[in-house]
Amino acid sequence: MTQFNEMFQGAGVRIPYARLKDWVATMPQELRSLKQAEAEALFRRIGITFAVYGEGGDPDRLIPFDMFPRVFSGSEWAKLDRGIKQRARALNAFLVDVYGRGEIIRAGRIPAHLVYRNEAYEKAVAGFVPPKGVYSHIVGVDIVRTGPEEFFVLEDNCRTPSGVSYMLESREIMMRMFPDLFRENRIEPVDNYSEKLRRTLASVAPAKCKGEPTVVILTPGHFNSAYYEHSLLADLMGVELVEGQDLFVDGEYVWMRTTEGPQRVDVIYRRIDDAFLDPLCFRPDSMLGIPGLMDVYRAGGVSICSAPGAGVADDKAVYTYVPDMVRFYLGEEPILQNVPTWQCGRPEDLAHVLANLPDLVVKEVHGSGGYGMLVGPKASRDEIERFRAKLSEAPANYIAQPTLALSTVPTFVEEGVAPRHVDLRPYCLVGERIELVPGGLTRVALTEGSLVVNSSQGGGVKDTWVLAE
Amino acid sequence: MLSRTASNLYWIARYMERADTVARLLEVGSRISLLPSAQGYRSEWDSLLQATGMARAFAQKYGDPVQRNIESFLFFDRDNPSSVASCITAARENGRIVRTALTTQVWDALNTAFQELKQLERAERSTLELSRLTDWTMRHAAMLRGAIDATLLRDDGFNFLNIGYYLERGDNTARLMDVKYYVLLPRVDYVGSGLDNYQWTTLLRAMGAHRAFYWAYGGEVTAAKIADFLIRNPQSPRSLCTCTAGLTNHLGRLAKAYGRETEAQEKARSLAAGIETTTVEAIFDEGLHEFLTRYIAEAAVLANAIHDSYLSGEMR
Repeated sequence: MTQFNEMFQGAGVRIPYARLKDWVATMPQELRSLKQAEAEALFRRIGITFAVYGEGGDPDRLIPFDMFPRVFSGSEWAKLDRGIKQRARALNAFLVDVYGRGEIIRAGRIPAHLVYRNEAYEKAVAGFVPPKGVYSHIVGVDIVRTGPEEFFVLEDNCRTPSGVSYMLESREIMMRMFPDLFRENRIEPVDNYSEKLRRTLASVAPAKCKGEPTVVILTPGHFNSAYYEHSLLADLMGVELVEGQDLFVDGEYVWMRTTEGPQRVDVIYRRIDDAFLDPLCFRPDSMLGIPGLMDVYRAGGVSICSAPGAGVADDKAVYTYVPDMVRFYLGEEPILQNVPTWQCGRPEDLAHVLANLPDLVVKEVHGSGGYGMLVGPKASRDEIERFRAKLSEAPANYIAQPTLALSTVPTFVEEGVAPRHVDLRPYCLVGERIELVPGGLTRVALTEGSLVVNSSQGGGVKDTWVLAE
Repeated sequence: MLSRTASNLYWIARYMERADTVARLLEVGSRISLLPSAQGYRSEWDSLLQATGMARAFAQKYGDPVQRNIESFLFFDRDNPSSVASCITAARENGRIVRTALTTQVWDALNTAFQELKQLERAERSTLELSRLTDWTMRHAAMLRGAIDATLLRDDGFNFLNIGYYLERGDNTARLMDVKYYVLLPRVDYVGSGLDNYQWTTLLRAMGAHRAFYWAYGGEVTAAKIADFLIRNPQSPRSLCTCTAGLTNHLGRLAKAYGRETEAQEKARSLAAGIETTTVEAIFDEGLHEFLTRYIAEAAVLANAIHDSYLSGEMR
C-alpha cells in the first residue's frame, strides 16, 4: 500500500511545506529536546490534560504534542471548507426532516428503521424545530487523506465533538516557541474560534429571549476528561461554566443559582449526553440533569446546543447515507466523499466482510474513541477470530471499511523525524451563518505504522496550518 | 457569580489557610517538645492534637503520639482531611473547577504547590526535615496569597476568597492559642513561670509574630499581653480582631455590590463587636479556653449563615 506523504514527494518537497524543510534541517538536536520539554511544561502549566477512560492511573496525563506542524495550502483548504460546510448543512437539513415530515424516508432514500429505531432518535423532540432550524451547532467532521486530492470523511460528530482546545492551545504554544516560523509563513489565525462560537450560540437564542441572551456551558463536572476544554471555552467566551446542580427550572424558564439569586439562562451549550439532560424526560437515575428542562426547551424558553436528538445524524450506519442527503436536500453533488462502507446488517455486505476481515477496519455502529474496533491488517489471527464471533452474533452493530492508506506527516520521533499517520477534525459552526475557522485538530498516530489516532489509544496532536494564499 | 463558583473560591482560601496553620502547629509542637518538661514530649504532642480536634482520628490510626507518626498524620496522610497534603490537594482541585475565575498567576501558585507536593510524597522520608516541610507549606500559602492580592480582580470572587481566609484564620488562631490550654492543663502551678512564658513565646514564633510582638509591646512576655496581641490587637495580622474586621469588611462589600444584606452581615458584625468590646481581664475571668471555645462556635454559626446566604444557591 503506497502512502501519501504530505511533505515529501520522492526527493522533492511539496509547496506548503517548503519552508519547513530548512527549519527542521537546521534545528540542532539539543534545541529540539529543549523545545519539546518547554512545550510539555507549557501544556502542564496551563493544565491541558487528558484522562483516559477505564485506564485509571494519572488523571492529569498529558496528551503528547508533536511540534512538527501539519500544513494545508490555501487552495487545498478552500475545497475542504466548501465540502465541510456542505456536509454540515445537509446533516442539519436531515435532522429537521426526520423530526418533522421524514421526506427522505418517504422518498425511499434511507431505510426507516435506521432512523426511527435508532437509539439516538429522540421521540421526545419529534415535531419540534429548534431556533433557526439548527440541531447540530458544532459539527466535527473527521477527515482522512490518501492522496494530493483525495480526502474522505471518516465520520461525522453532530453532538458535542471535543478536541477544539487542542487546536487553540497547540497554536498558542507553537507561536510562543517558534515565532520565526509564523513570521516566515503566512498562517491563517484560529484564535477567533471562541468569538465565532459565542456568536453562533447567541444567534440561536429562543424566541422568548429578548435582548442579549445569557449563554452557559453545561459540563458533567471536573472529573470529565474534557473538563479543561469546557473551562477554556467558557473562559474565552466569557460565559459561566455550569453543572446540572447549578441550574433549575422555574415557570417557563431555566435559571442558574448565583450569589445574587436566580439568573435566567437562554442558551445552553451542553457537553453532556442527551440521556443526562433531564431525568424527567430521559434517565430517571441521572444525577447530572435538570428536571423539567425538556419542557422548557419544547416551549421555546431555552435553547440547547446541540439540540437533543442530533445524534441520529452521526450514527455510523446513517453515515453511509450522508452523500444521499447532500443530493436530496441541497441538490448538489458531495464535495467530500465517504469512505466506502459495508453495512454488516445487510447479508450480502456481511458475507463480504467476513470473507475479508484481515483487510478491513470493522467498527461498532455506536462506538467511539477507537474502542471496540478491529484493524484487520494489524490484528493477530486470534484477535480476528474472536472478533469474527462477536460480529456474527450481532452483525447489525457493525460497519466495515477498507483499510485506508492514511497520509503521513513528518513527526519528531526518538531517532529524528519520521512519517506518521494523521487525520483531521475541523469544527464547523452552524447558527444563523455557517462558519469554519481555517484549521482544526490534527491527530497523529505516534507508533510507527499505526493507523489509530485516537488520544485514548496513545495518539498525539499537531498544530494545523492553513496558509494564506 | 455562580454560587458553586463562590463556594469553590471560599474553600480554596480555607484549605490553603488550614494547610498553613497545620504547618505552624507542627512547628509549635516540635519546638515545645524540645523543652524539658515533667510529662516528657509525648503529652505535648498529644495536647497539640487535642487542640486541633484531631486526637481521636490520630489515636485510631497510629496509637501513641510519636513525633514521626504525627508528622505523617499532619503532613502526608490523605486519610486526614486536615493534613497539609489533603488541604493542598483539595485547594488545587477547587481551583481546577473554577479555573476561569482565577488568574494564571493564582492558578500557577495552586498548581505548583500541588506538583511539588507530589514530588515530596515520592521523596525518601529520611531526607525530609520537618522544618523543610513546614517552611515549604508556609511559602506556598504565602505565594498563593500574594498572587491573589497582586493579580485578582476586586470583584465578588475576591471577597469570597477573603471571607474564606479570615474565617479560617480566626478559627486557627483560636485553636493555636488553645494548644496552650491543653499543654498547661495538668499543672496549674506552671502559670506565670519561666516555662509558661517560654511556651507563649513559642506560640508567637509559630504565628510568625514574635518579633512583631516585641515591636508592639516591648518588655516582658506575659500571658495578658500575648492574649491582647492575638485577640484584640488590630495590628496583628492573625488576631481575632483583624479576622473579624476582615469578615465584616468583605461581607459589607458583598452587601453593597448585591444591594442587599443577609443574616451573614449581621452575624459578622456581632462577632466583631464581641471582640472589640471585651478586655483581656474579662477574657481571663471567663477563662481563655472557654472564651476561645465560644469564639470557635460563633464563627461556625457565621460560616453557616454565609453558606445559606451565598454559597448554597438557595437564596431567591
